[in-house]
Amino acid sequence: MAERLSFSDEVSNLLYAAHGNPLTTCIQCGTCSGTCPVVPYMDHTPRRLIGMITAGLKEEVMASNTYWSCASCYHCNVRCPQGIDIAELMYALKRLSIWRAQHKEGLIGPVFSETFVKTIFKSGRSYEPVLATSYLFTFGVQEFLQEAQTATSLMLKGRLPVLPPRIKRLDNFGRMLRRIIPMGDAK
Amino acid sequence: MKEYAYYPGCSVEKMALSYHMSAMETTRALGIQLKELEDWNCCGTTAYFHVDQILSHALCARNLAIAEREKLDLVAVCAGCYKNLYFANAHLKNDPDLAEHVNVALSEDQLNFAGTIAVRHLIEVFIQDVGLEAIQAKVSHPLTGLHVAPYYGCQILRPRKDHEDVEQPRFFEDLLTAIGATAVEYPDRLRCCGSSLLLTSRPAALGMLRTLLQSAVDSGAAVIATACPLCQVNLECYQNQVNHEFGTDLSIPVLYFTQLVGLALGIPPDKLGIGKELVLPTPVLSSVGR
Ligand code: SF4
Ligand code: SF4
Repeated sequence: MAERLSFSDEVSNLLYAAHGNPLTTCIQCGTCSGTCPVVPYMDHTPRRLIGMITAGLKEEVMASNTYWSCASCYHCNVRCPQGIDIAELMYALKRLSIWRAQHKEGLIGPVFSETFVKTIFKSGRSYEPVLATSYLFTFGVQEFLQEAQTATSLMLKGRLPVLPPRIKRLDNFGRMLRRIIPMGDAK
Repeated sequence: MKEYAYYPGCSVEKMALSYHMSAMETTRALGIQLKELEDWNCCGTTAYFHVDQILSHALCARNLAIAEREKLDLVAVCAGCYKNLYFANAHLKNDPDLAEHVNVALSEDQLNFAGTIAVRHLIEVFIQDVGLEAIQAKVSHPLTGLHVAPYYGCQILRPRKDHEDVEQPRFFEDLLTAIGATAVEYPDRLRCCGSSLLLTSRPAALGMLRTLLQSAVDSGAAVIATACPLCQVNLECYQNQVNHEFGTDLSIPVLYFTQLVGLALGIPPDKLGIGKELVLPTPVLSSVGR
């Protein structure tokens, strides 16, 4: 019978294509957490999250908001003394949580990513107003009104697209993407 | 006249139209030509990586292959597009298996990736290919006395590509000096603006923006210069929301480096898309007597 993979191995497998060193080389120095601009809004710092992965605390890691709060700014990456690709780790955890549909409730990131992918499949380009539907409706009244105000100002300055853009060879493009991910009938 | 394939990116179609306009005007004035990439598609931005890595490489590869067909290096203006295209190009060149996989998909559009071109950011083309001296020689309206905060943000610098200095870069300051402006020193010039967290983790992004904007204002800057449409929109268009959230009174214009260079070259403001801002760049215009 196949042996059960440890959580740490599972995450390492996800990182097989990353160019950084393995998470096991982390010396828990905290440089990443000291650099990260989003730390005040994360429930666990990047350093701690890595420690939790190595300790096999799978449930706690997956339930954390840390990886969905990562802005992919790569600041931790360029400073980590062990050359660990921390931003890619955060991406890997995002992918894992999408696959398992196991992310913290109320997070907008997963819906946003999925809406984004669908928009690209349909048109080859990204389009703000469609994307907005993935997060606007989760906002409270205050935020919604503020967002609407910003959008109105932008529209008055001619800065919001009215029609969704499309690439020309969309059929070829769709076939190309389906060679990589079969998307069923989504068009 | 040196020619490049130009990758505009989804945001410049409308949201950052002034970036596109000023990029076109300034490159023409500096004697280089940007030829829009035929039928380009979205680079995948950051959202795509969450779903599938190979797919995100394929999206970039299609653009790279079209540029290869034209035999031109590919220039991006958005820092995010630049990073995606640059690293997809590098990964595909280093990983023949990955390239083969992606090429099977690309054949559906009669394209092939061979790794024959380079990916550049426009600011890099200005500094390395045109050169600061050549730019300075063309300045007719120096931005004398204008205090500008150069905002590098993330993806032009990071991840590190080679052995370049990602902690103490000076090229943005040097460019501003070449057009007669004064580059101010402020601690947060390399710090993330929050990027798409504004949509997905709003409190975090507004907090990050506040820190950044305040740091620029405290340094005495009259304007922030950016080289990325996402940073521009975040820093400028969300100032109102930051003020609302934190009771601050921030009101600092945020322009693209191409707009500042364009003004210094004597190009009329409207041709550079100036007038589409939510925070009016009055101090900038008065510095060039407009
Ligand atoms: S900076 Fe690198 S080595 Fe230090 S705690 Fe973070 S991941 Fe570990
Ligand atoms: S890449 Fe993510 S984890 Fe690293 S510093 Fe930036 S926001 Fe923090």
